[in-house]
Amino acid sequence: MAPQTQLLPGTLDLLILRAVSLGPLHGYGILLRIGQISGNALLIEQGALYPGLFRLVRQGLLKASWGTSENNRRAKFYELTVAGRKRLREETENWNRFAAAVGAALAAEPEEA
Amino acid sequence: MKLLDSLRFRLSTLFGRSRMNRDLEDELRSHIQHRSDDLERSGLSRREAERRARLEFGGEARFAEETKDAAGGTLLDSILQDVRYGLRMLRKSPGFTAVAVLTLALAIGANAVVFGVLNAMILRPLNVADPDSLYAIEHGNDNGFQSYPDYLDLRERNRTFADLAAFNVSQAAIDSGDNPSHAWIVEVSGNYFDALHVQPYLGRLLHSSDEHGPNSAPYIVLGYAYWHSHFQDDRGVVGRVVRLNKNPYTIIGVAPPQFHGTIVFLQPDFYVPLVNEQQLEGADFLNLRGYRWIFDTVGHLKPGVTPAQATADLNSVGAQLEKMYPKDDHGRMTFDLARPNLYGNFLGRPVKAFLTALMLLAAMILLAACANLGNLFAARAADRSRELAMRLALGATRSRVIRQMFTEALLISLLGGALGIWGSIILLNALSTWQPFPRFPLNMPVHPDVRVYAIAVLLSILSGLLFGAAPVRQVFRTQPYEAIKSGSSGILGRRITARDLLLVAQIAICALLVTSSFVALRGLSRSMTTDFGFVPQNVLLVDSTLTMAGYHGDAVLPMQKRMIEAVQSIPGVESVGLIDQAPLIGGGNTSVYFKDDTADLRPSNAAAEGYEYGISPDYLHAARTTLLAGRSFTWQDDLKSPRVAIVNQEFARRVFGSIPAALGHNFKLVDGTRVQVVGVVQNGKYFSLAEDPLPAIFLPLPQYPANETFLVVRSSADPQRLAPAIQSKLRGLDSGLPFYIQTWQAALDGALFPARVATMSLGVLGGMGAVLSISGIFGFAAYSLSRRKRDLGIRIALGAQRKEVLKAALGRSVQVFAFGSVAGLILGLLASRVLALIVYQATPRDPFVLAGVVLTMMFFGILATWIPAQRALSVDPLMLLREE
Repeated sequence: MAPQTQLLPGTLDLLILRAVSLGPLHGYGILLRIGQISGNALLIEQGALYPGLFRLVRQGLLKASWGTSENNRRAKFYELTVAGRKRLREETENWNRFAAAVGAALAAEPEEA
Repeated sequence: MKLLDSLRFRLSTLFGRSRMNRDLEDELRSHIQHRSDDLERSGLSRREAERRARLEFGGEARFAEETKDAAGGTLLDSILQDVRYGLRMLRKSPGFTAVAVLTLALAIGANAVVFGVLNAMILRPLNVADPDSLYAIEHGNDNGFQSYPDYLDLRERNRTFADLAAFNVSQAAIDSGDNPSHAWIVEVSGNYFDALHVQPYLGRLLHSSDEHGPNSAPYIVLGYAYWHSHFQDDRGVVGRVVRLNKNPYTIIGVAPPQFHGTIVFLQPDFYVPLVNEQQLEGADFLNLRGYRWIFDTVGHLKPGVTPAQATADLNSVGAQLEKMYPKDDHGRMTFDLARPNLYGNFLGRPVKAFLTALMLLAAMILLAACANLGNLFAARAADRSRELAMRLALGATRSRVIRQMFTEALLISLLGGALGIWGSIILLNALSTWQPFPRFPLNMPVHPDVRVYAIAVLLSILSGLLFGAAPVRQVFRTQPYEAIKSGSSGILGRRITARDLLLVAQIAICALLVTSSFVALRGLSRSMTTDFGFVPQNVLLVDSTLTMAGYHGDAVLPMQKRMIEAVQSIPGVESVGLIDQAPLIGGGNTSVYFKDDTADLRPSNAAAEGYEYGISPDYLHAARTTLLAGRSFTWQDDLKSPRVAIVNQEFARRVFGSIPAALGHNFKLVDGTRVQVVGVVQNGKYFSLAEDPLPAIFLPLPQYPANETFLVVRSSADPQRLAPAIQSKLRGLDSGLPFYIQTWQAALDGALFPARVATMSLGVLGGMGAVLSISGIFGFAAYSLSRRKRDLGIRIALGAQRKEVLKAALGRSVQVFAFGSVAGLILGLLASRVLALIVYQATPRDPFVLAGVVLTMMFFGILATWIPAQRALSVDPLMLLREE
């Protein structure tokens, strides 16, 4: 098993939005999807997902509806709203800028400083 | 769309609390089942899979809580939680809770009562249609008084009033069989009920069409209350003929229950036409333009007319009248509009000033109570610092902790408010049935209404927020780690804290209240001991109006003489005098007087204006009015002998310059009659106790006949015992004559009423202020003592003397108290102007007041610090060390 990294604060919401952007998912499905797309590199407490989900619903970025899962169980499915899609785009750009800046800063050699 | 969705979500979470909980539970269960499915697929048994899934998930309850927070729908939830927690905390300290709730109940109750009275007297509109456009006409310095011809001219000539009605308050004897009884009546113009848009409850009301000149309308409209109490709700009363002052009058109807005229505190028995004035008053005033006897004129303004336009209109009518009737020059014919409720500005102004001042004081009581509670709360928060720290350490946000504290404060304030409102309802309802003067038809309907409740609830909430805010800073300063580590070591800062300032403010307010009540008390005692110009002790006053029994003209004086003789013959009666208007009891007649050499008798040339009384020869003796010079009257001073008068000192000074200059010299009455001064008496009080010395003259009854009759019966012993004998003697003279017997002192209640009410209300507020200051300083001292016990223990162990211990323990409290008291006293000195509005000769610069306040506050200070001081002295160092 690959070593897992703690999430940076604030990144869970972004990951949820990203996971759901590929199609409606229920809570457990979102966890699996994040694991899948991140190569299981991120450690997410299962329960911690739900406050994030409810927060995003409250902000109008996600909408939820009850349906039936692939396991034939009742589950609540989340999908992106228009606002959610827009937010995902913005946050992704932000993150990329941030990551690039931090990366550049860390890669800088002493004499260049 | 997004907004709507989010709103719906929030609403559904707010109200559908249980639904949301269920939803969340379902979702978490679904999650765990999906995880179990996966684990099961990897080879675990279903049971083991579910156990693992649950473990992996972590604290389900915690996440559920966090999720609910994240959903934002937990406001109601957490408020309910706060309330439950708050109630638990309050139950845990019942003493604190009881003190806090009671303090607030008193303060809110005081505010509700004062506001209730203010509301009923000033804010609440009259119970007539369209009260906003209803105005009374004020006339120069005469308040509402008008003469009948002036009233008619104003009514006919103005263009701004829809209609103008006039009324006069009077009394009459009504006899509906063989029981002549006294009644308070309102003489009204024919259009009165129509102008006020009043509909009959029974029968019909008066109309202008009923009036056909003097004594043409012998009709009575009963007031509802009088019909209820004297005619037992008999619907057959309409059409009945009763005798009014011996004349037959027909009852034509009953006024509706909610109508009792346009003066809020007056409850007349019935209404009769003004045009029948001669029969009712015994003299014909209808044609006298210069005699202003009509009490008030009221009417609705036409739609769209402003009060300023109406005033201008009335003044232009006044200018016309001045030109048309130059001989009836009665000063300037200028008018103002006023609300009729409190009889215009005459009562309106002082009542408003008094109630506003009371409201201010009541608000101060509430502020003081808030300061008191704020202190208690801050102290409590300090005591609970460990608990606070614990909650913060466990992850509660500061805002959540603060909300919890506000919840507790609001719980207390609402409980206190509810209790206060309950008390104020009882008190206001009692006040509403209170009849301060049994002799007069006065009462104040001050039942609380929605407005009173709303204000009280609002004040409760505001004060809760106010004193709840006291510990906020503390919460923000609390460092969980520090507080838990050091325990409640109670390091007291030397600097001045917000709590000190709160307490100083509170003590200052209380000292101000105590000062005000002392000032009022002094005012009352001054009023009681002031020289009235007569001695009311040991005197019975018998009040009757001979017109009521049908005496007119020449029949009056012989009857008055017979009455005097009859009462004189009763054993125990020392002397009997007769006066037409008893001073200080509802006024008297005023007139203007001229110097002997004044030829042009217009009021602007008058040498003095003052009261005039008709008296019997024995009056001065019976009333114990001191004759300073000259002689008293005899029955020989009659129509056959020269006109004479006795004047008071002030009159002599103003008209003649001195007493010797007055004696034996003449002056002129308003009608030009020359009168010789034969005696000079001391000054007195004639209209109110607060008045400056006014001129007054006394005229012999035979030369100045009057129907109004006050017998002044001085006895050598308890005057009350003479009442039955007087009653039977007078009944024996004429069984049809209504009269009223009371002691002169009781009759003076009216004059003392303002001072009494002021003293009573200020006394109550001052008492509350005292209680608050005691409890405030006690709480402060006890609290700071409890925090410094260890410190004191060490001092005692090291050999500190009692004095030093006390100084260390209570020095701060005493300082704060002294500082607050001085500040309050200074405020009281500054507030003397406000107090002067309501209290007779109010001056806090009175040494008695100053000494009284200082002594009282010192007493309170000692009282409040006594128990903490005893506790400080009894601190046992060993005990304390062991406790640590």
